[in-house]
Amino acid sequence: MAEIQNFTMNFGPQHPAAHGVLRLVLEMDGEVITKADPHVGLLHRGTEKLAESKPYNQSIGYMDRLDYVSMMCNEHGYVLAIEKLLNIDVPLRAQYIRVMFDEITRILNHLMWLGAHGLDIGAMTMFLYCFREREDLMDCYEAVSGTRMHATYYRPGGVYRDLPEQMPRHEYSKFRSRKDVDRLNENREGSLLDFIDAFADAFPGRVDEYETLLTDNRIWKQRTVNIGVVTPERAKALGFTGPMLRGSGVAWDLRKKQPYEVYAKLDFGIPVGTNGDCYDRYLVRVEELRQSAKIIKQCVAWLRENPGPVMVDDHKITPPERVEMKGDMESLIHHFKLFTEGYCVPEGESYAAVEHPKGEFGVYLVSDGANKPFRVKIRAPGFSHMAAMDEMVRGHMLADVVAVIGTMDVVFGEIDR
Amino acid sequence: MSDKIAALAGLLEARLGPDAEAVAIANAELTVTLPATGLMAAALMLRDDPELGFDTLIDLCGIDYLGYGGDQWKTEPATMTGFSRGVAAPEGESFRNADRPFRFAVAYHLLSVEHNHRLRLRVFCEDPDYPRLESVVDVWPAANWFEREAFDLFGILFDGHPDLRRLLTDYGFVGHPFRKDFPLSGHVEVRYDPERGRVVYEPVSIEPRTLVPRVIRDDARYADEQEG
Repeated sequence: MAEIQNFTMNFGPQHPAAHGVLRLVLEMDGEVITKADPHVGLLHRGTEKLAESKPYNQSIGYMDRLDYVSMMCNEHGYVLAIEKLLNIDVPLRAQYIRVMFDEITRILNHLMWLGAHGLDIGAMTMFLYCFREREDLMDCYEAVSGTRMHATYYRPGGVYRDLPEQMPRHEYSKFRSRKDVDRLNENREGSLLDFIDAFADAFPGRVDEYETLLTDNRIWKQRTVNIGVVTPERAKALGFTGPMLRGSGVAWDLRKKQPYEVYAKLDFGIPVGTNGDCYDRYLVRVEELRQSAKIIKQCVAWLRENPGPVMVDDHKITPPERVEMKGDMESLIHHFKLFTEGYCVPEGESYAAVEHPKGEFGVYLVSDGANKPFRVKIRAPGFSHMAAMDEMVRGHMLADVVAVIGTMDVVFGEIDR
Repeated sequence: MSDKIAALAGLLEARLGPDAEAVAIANAELTVTLPATGLMAAALMLRDDPELGFDTLIDLCGIDYLGYGGDQWKTEPATMTGFSRGVAAPEGESFRNADRPFRFAVAYHLLSVEHNHRLRLRVFCEDPDYPRLESVVDVWPAANWFEREAFDLFGILFDGHPDLRRLLTDYGFVGHPFRKDFPLSGHVEVRYDPERGRVVYEPVSIEPRTLVPRVIRDDARYADEQEG
């Protein structure tokens, strides 16, 4: 009789469902996984070491590139850690702007996840639907920061600048018909807030569209129900946070439990799952889309009523207005010193965590009083989730590996750092 | 919030007793410094004590204190001597001072989902040449990859870890890149060699350089805090 052996299979790092550069070494018994060994680090850039060699402000741009589908939330964790050490309070308007863009980022992230996860396990249309909405939100990013993705919009002490009065419009060009351009510009007659408001009004209807495609879809349920089940105790022990933890039925959300910025003043709900499988995590994330739209509506209403500063008025930390620099010597010196040497942060250490779309994103800073951090540690939510890969896929079929990678919502920019 | 942290600090002092080297509150965060020998007992107690209940290990990271508090650009004598270029590494780097007798430390960030409180544990590795600590994988399974990462980047060994391999660096990488004496540019670079038909490793061709010197200024705004 022939000897039967398990065989080892390489999944990735060039596989489209590996969500980037994951190399999985799978030990298979027929089509059943007996062991999964993820090899990560193919995207390791040494972000933390790079940040240690630069003044604090010059590393904000690196944060965008960690989890490159939820850029502003990464920045948020980093600037909060600096602000904690500097012991400064951010103006209220800047806090509302940050919360609003955190939630826009959450929608961006979950749409990317929903589209890619759908595509991975056989729902092609989702990808197109999700990218339709993402485009509008990317335009919001562009309107405030000038770039569609890597915004560098949050700064220690506030945000880079106030929201624009006029939402930028599409121009007529030979690449698009006039009719298409007019249709795109329909919502762009007013300010950025009008545009975001209109988006938040329309968005729950779009989420209904996604749900009609997936929630009761037999194929979708066959691919996700009872796949990758994690018990609440195990989820906590494995260091899960965010939707991965809530999917297992633990009502844990930093926005509620350890509120930062103005989350304590806002009205929103925390969805939790019951079974801890891929389907529950899908339901949790879809409900988070609706809750984010609700938070955005509340922020827009407040921001319309309350103009004010968006940056701390301390030019030892934040740059002065450009117009002041034209006639004021002090302002010119402040500007020069800030953009060359930076500011010195008092000695100490701080850990600031935000409820990132993927879980708890934390930044641990150790400062020895210099203008550069002594040690930066980025706590990426996906890192703990990826570490549990072996446990989650053991005993499942090869095709379920794709569903589990999808449900973890991993991005290798943050795992490899 | 500050009452809660103070209460937790009191509780920890009572539970750990003389085992804890220091219990400190700064920036509304609680830090406990433990000796390496007491780590396992303390970890089990922190997890299992019903009032503490630290069920989640959020983060674990290595720290290399080499050159802590050193700057590349002396600002105080500058009025007499003029400013230097500030690009040379500071001389006589040291990690020894009264607060930190050891070079390497590991920081554990713990979270209790049940009680909604956080704690930072700091444990120093006593031997600067062969830093090693006990592994906490059996207490918090989440530590598995974090310890592999700390081993990879800092060379800290964890006794009892089931699978202490490199995690983030390249296959066959030599050295521990996040140590402070490891240059930012690294030691080797890779390129594709068309003659040999494969990727080759060569010594780096770029010099490490400082773009912005590391400066520590005595800031009057924080002078009181630092003294007090």
